[in-house]
Amino acid sequence: MSEKVKVSIDGITIEVEPGTSILNAARIIGGDIVPPAMCYYSKLEGSGGKCRTCLVKVSKGSEKDPRPMPKLVASCRTAVMDGMEVQNITSPEVKEARKGVVEMLLINHPLDCPVCDQAGECHLQDLGYEHGSEATRYEFERRTFDRIDIGDKIQLHMTRCILCYRCVYVADQLTEKREHGILGRGDASEISTYIEKAIENDFSGNVIDVCPVGALTDKTFRFKQRVWFTKPVEAHRDCPTCTGKVSLWYKGEDVIRVTARKDVYGEVEDFICNTCRFEKKNTNDWIIDGPRQISNRSVISSNHYEQLAPPPVVRKNLALQAANKEEFERATKH
Amino acid sequence: MGRKILLEHINVPGINTFDVYRQKGGYRALEKALKTMSSDDIVEEVKKSGLRGRGGAGFPTGMKWSFLAKPEGKARYLVCNADESEPGTFKDRYLMTYIPHLLVEGMIVSSFALGANTSYIYVRGEMMPQIRILEKAIAEAKAAGFLGKNILGSGFDHEVYVQPGGGAYICGEETALIESLEGKRGNPRIKPPFPAISGLYNCPTVVNNVETIAAVVPIVNDGGDEYAKIGIGRSTGTKLISASGNLNKPGVYEIELGVTVEDFIYSDEYCGGIANGKRLKAVVAGGSSVPILPANLILKLANGENRLMTYESLSDGGFATGTMLGSGGFVAFDEDQCIVRNTWNFSRFYHHESCGQCSPCREGTGWMEKVLHRLEYGHGKLSDIDLLVDVSKKIEGNTICPLGDAAAWPVASAIRHFRDEFEWHVTNPKEAMERNYGLAGYADPLPKPEEVM
Amino acid sequence: MLNIAQPEQVVFKPELITKFNEIVARYPEGKQKSALLPILHLVQAEFGWVSGPAMDKVAEYLDIKPIEVYEVATFYTMFFLKPLGKHVLEVCRTGPCCLVGAEKIMKYIEQKLGVKEGEVTPDGLFSWRGVECLAACGMAPVLQIGPEYKFHENLTEAKIDELIDSLRLTTAVNPQIS
Repeated sequence: MSEKVKVSIDGITIEVEPGTSILNAARIIGGDIVPPAMCYYSKLEGSGGKCRTCLVKVSKGSEKDPRPMPKLVASCRTAVMDGMEVQNITSPEVKEARKGVVEMLLINHPLDCPVCDQAGECHLQDLGYEHGSEATRYEFERRTFDRIDIGDKIQLHMTRCILCYRCVYVADQLTEKREHGILGRGDASEISTYIEKAIENDFSGNVIDVCPVGALTDKTFRFKQRVWFTKPVEAHRDCPTCTGKVSLWYKGEDVIRVTARKDVYGEVEDFICNTCRFEKKNTNDWIIDGPRQISNRSVISSNHYEQLAPPPVVRKNLALQAANKEEFERATKH
Repeated sequence: MGRKILLEHINVPGINTFDVYRQKGGYRALEKALKTMSSDDIVEEVKKSGLRGRGGAGFPTGMKWSFLAKPEGKARYLVCNADESEPGTFKDRYLMTYIPHLLVEGMIVSSFALGANTSYIYVRGEMMPQIRILEKAIAEAKAAGFLGKNILGSGFDHEVYVQPGGGAYICGEETALIESLEGKRGNPRIKPPFPAISGLYNCPTVVNNVETIAAVVPIVNDGGDEYAKIGIGRSTGTKLISASGNLNKPGVYEIELGVTVEDFIYSDEYCGGIANGKRLKAVVAGGSSVPILPANLILKLANGENRLMTYESLSDGGFATGTMLGSGGFVAFDEDQCIVRNTWNFSRFYHHESCGQCSPCREGTGWMEKVLHRLEYGHGKLSDIDLLVDVSKKIEGNTICPLGDAAAWPVASAIRHFRDEFEWHVTNPKEAMERNYGLAGYADPLPKPEEVM
Repeated sequence: MLNIAQPEQVVFKPELITKFNEIVARYPEGKQKSALLPILHLVQAEFGWVSGPAMDKVAEYLDIKPIEVYEVATFYTMFFLKPLGKHVLEVCRTGPCCLVGAEKIMKYIEQKLGVKEGEVTPDGLFSWRGVECLAACGMAPVLQIGPEYKFHENLTEAKIDELIDSLRLTTAVNPQIS
């Protein structure tokens, strides 16, 4: 085994395998110093480098060549060198650039979160909250596209797309024949099939899971429920096509959605097949492993797993306390 | 008269044919290289010559060549970048049209130096006539035994092919060009790896501009030292300058690097002054991507000395008062031109040509265009000017390839130097639709630098 | 996605296939996708535009997926994805050309042909459109006409008149020659 290299990110030093990207080194450290990533996906070869949200400053190139890198670099596609020093949240330059990127990603986004199925588990929402400005400076009409159905199970809502290319990599790497791709150029680029075509493949449904925004959504779940009103549990089944390890999303007694299991960075543990995703919506199709752990920072957790933490205004106002009586009771029961 | 080494015989009738080119000493460099030199010798001469990439970046060619990886059993490629698309630049079209064999000879010699058995000339698709000319020249060279197997008994095999582009400025970026040559969308690759390690078909590849490859011919003929004697400092040799805009004699000029900008614009040997007796307002000196300068700053350095046509002198003063030689696309603006309109035009160009792969460029170029359009058509706000500067900063340096910088610099520099004119468009919108701002103070002598006490 | 009527069937003549084969021979084995751009140019020269079925045929010929052809054809601006006039006048609209009157020339062409940018004249003969820098700034204003992209330089209104008249004439005399 080759010798490990030492890299320091925002002053935290870690030793990693040579060839590890700065982003993955940061993910090993974890916490606030991990750059956000909208296009990189560790399970998809060739992904990354495009969204520019993970830009970081390399203030020292390596022990051998300590010169800083002249520009900010995409941490997902830059390998660490021994002795490298990286600044992420400790660099005002990086924060400023990231704010700029977030603004760019949002200027043509429809901000239709109230009617978007992705709301609550949308990476662009998270990114906007954490790194964006409250108001936009963009005063022009936003880009729109018609919604299209890619087969009867998947809907493509291109207006919301941030062109991360992940769904293209999924089709290339998981399926035999890619039917959709990037058409057009510049800000007129779109994900499309050009000539109307259904994407027919056992693994095509994974484009929904990898999509960081609400551009590719599950039609069988469309407008069924806000995700934060659902109860996710981990389950598995003996599937001949995939590992069969999934998350089931319950509303009451009904499984209303099946997805792959995702990690803290929103990446799936295993890609799942369309049968598991779209066809198995009865509890008796599955063996339940237990409740799914949801980060307490996620809006999904607010109803089910955490104590109710009412905003200050509720605590001060008796009328509001009365209105939330039920929630308070439920919270104290757990 | 400056020395001409690329265009020496450009006025000889029939120089575009093999026979006349040969009579005038053509393919001497090829014979010399293949018969008397090793590939390392040639790389050494190119290093000595100080030749810098003529496509815009100005990177030393010899150094670029020496970075080429040479793993066993893997092909190496030379690709000529003839995707000339930078607004203001048309020298490669000229060279390929009138003296195509110079490029073909340069391709063979350079390929020999790099150990490439196959090379491609990637010509932008709109230059179909030049593609036909090159194909004919290649066929002539092949008939004469300068291409094919075992050229001149040297044991060196070589084929050159011409590849048409499809209409995309971005393919002038070397990794986008490689992608395009592989039959894909022209999305620039994320570097590293650089083409010298993994380029065309994942093989080590050198991409050079047409003029760079052509310059290898005189360098091999006369030696790198001889070439390096021309020019000033690190700006050696001659450079083709494409002169356009409001000039008396627009066209392609071969200059010895070091001519003053003033001479280049006003002397009869070159552009012969501003057309229609007008006065000069501004210049874009190196293709649309480089910062635009007002007349007073392009002619003189901040210290009052004459500005020269060299890499160093044009960039003197950084972006505060300088610009860049770039690809040598020299565009002159007379007093009747509107800087706001031109900035909008350039901005539209970059918006149109952005590949759309990375977000700052995809979204930012369109945003800048829309704001500039609003300013040009009298609906702008004063805050738009600072907004443009800020958006350009958010793009610059944060993109995968240099197109982001190229889109940001013209906007930032136009506002830096012509802010008055932008403000006038906001405060006098009606008037701005009817007449131009004019020369204003943009040609006034520069203030004398203050004495340091 | 596309809303253009597509031809039912596209057939590549043997001569065209021969040309394709010559192009594919330029690249190393297995790298035939490199031939995509040159082949699309040939297809457009043959049919006047690049239709969906034509792209499918190209994909079949090159042994690549149809989407790979669509992705490329929609990226590059030279490929017409809908039928245009027999002669498409492409006028450079970028900075240096505009300094010497390209905008006026485009207006004049619009008025002379009586159709807007991207439309076809009722006789099917002409279309026009603005294109970005054609790298001929010293001869500005310029326009080009495919499929051989002949250049017309230092344009004036008189030159436009002459050009359009001569194109009308050649097409009337021999409809085969474009």
